[in-house]
Amino acid sequence: MSTAATAVDQAAFFEWLQRVGDNALILGHRVSEWCGHAPALEEDIAISNTALDLIGQTQLWLGLAAEVEGKGRSADNLAFLRDAGAFRNVLLVERPNGDFGRTLMRQFLFDAYHMELLRALQGSSDPRVAEIAAKAAKEVAYHLERSADLIVRLGDGTAESHDRMQQALTELWPYTGELFADDATDQAVADAGIAPLPSSLKAGWDKVLRHVMAEATLTIPEASWQHKGGKTGVHTEHLGFLLAEMQFLQRAYPGATW
Amino acid sequence: MGGATLPGVDQVWHWLAEVPDPEIPVISLTDLGIIRDVHYEDETLVVTVTPTYSGCPATSIINLDIETALLGHGIDKLRLERRLSPPWTTDWLTEAGRDKLRAYGIAPPVDGTAADGQIAGRIARLTGTGNLVIACPHCGSNQTEKLSQFGSTPCKASYRCKDCLEPFDYFKCI
Repeated sequence: MSTAATAVDQAAFFEWLQRVGDNALILGHRVSEWCGHAPALEEDIAISNTALDLIGQTQLWLGLAAEVEGKGRSADNLAFLRDAGAFRNVLLVERPNGDFGRTLMRQFLFDAYHMELLRALQGSSDPRVAEIAAKAAKEVAYHLERSADLIVRLGDGTAESHDRMQQALTELWPYTGELFADDATDQAVADAGIAPLPSSLKAGWDKVLRHVMAEATLTIPEASWQHKGGKTGVHTEHLGFLLAEMQFLQRAYPGATW
Repeated sequence: MGGATLPGVDQVWHWLAEVPDPEIPVISLTDLGIIRDVHYEDETLVVTVTPTYSGCPATSIINLDIETALLGHGIDKLRLERRLSPPWTTDWLTEAGRDKLRAYGIAPPVDGTAADGQIAGRIARLTGTGNLVIACPHCGSNQTEKLSQFGSTPCKASYRCKDCLEPFDYFKCI
């Protein structure tokens, strides 16, 4: 990453900030769906706390996005008043929870990517990005430690838990490619030294993935075909249902505050 | 309020030391180390606060408590500022705060810097030598085990003592 800040296209910067913020928001909402339903009290608390961290990070990222956009919108406006087509999260994070194994696998695949990203962002040419990343990285280190630990315990567990974890990995695998696909927006922010190119994070992610999956006795799929679209606003039908729930209150009672 | 009657910054720190953390009321906001700066800009008191966890639900309550406490002491020109960098670390918990946590039944973060503590913990785990030793705040035993990495709040993990059999919270290093 370049150390000297060069002029960045503000529209690209705003677009990129929405991607980072929306990933945290949508995954945060997804895991919060487990609150009160997780298989054990400790898991319920753990997953709810993970959701809290992610939604807290969203406030920082989307708050900065709103500031960069400069049109008087707030983080709340971006979270609650955009329609599905304006969301920029990757498809992986909007995948439905499925069983607990699938939720954990989605979490691990994202956490490992998230950690790589936040580490790199601490060297961002934009000090606001660097300071949010430094804060979030400390929280995400705990997310990754926990999800990796559970992947190993369940993968290398009973025949039933092993099969479910393998199934989860196979099913979610085609949604991982989008995390590392570069486009013009990524190139613009990378050129300005704000963020790494997504493709540059792949090697670090692969290393963590291979290590954890080997310990978990799970097989990394060979399928190379990958879904994409989320980063540019082309989402699966699942996002609409998620937003319907998440945005209901603000849509039904405009301007409502607690 | 005239310039001559403004309370000194030391006095303000003292008042803030009496404001309890909303989630762990035995420690104060200054014990927690989240008040980073207190100064005046003309006649406006500026208090700089660093949030603990990004999503800590207590953040807005903390700000409200600071405002309420200082208004109660007659400070009517007040501005709260948020500072993210450097990010809050459990290293900033005061010694007095650690003692108060222990007396309350919460194991304080392990000594040493948070970053080193975290790394040491991971190395210990990856090399199969177990987790860091977290002493039981009830009986002092080192024979404890982690039940869950996340406890009743994001900042705590759940532990159990294998000697006195009591469960307890551990304030995680961050």
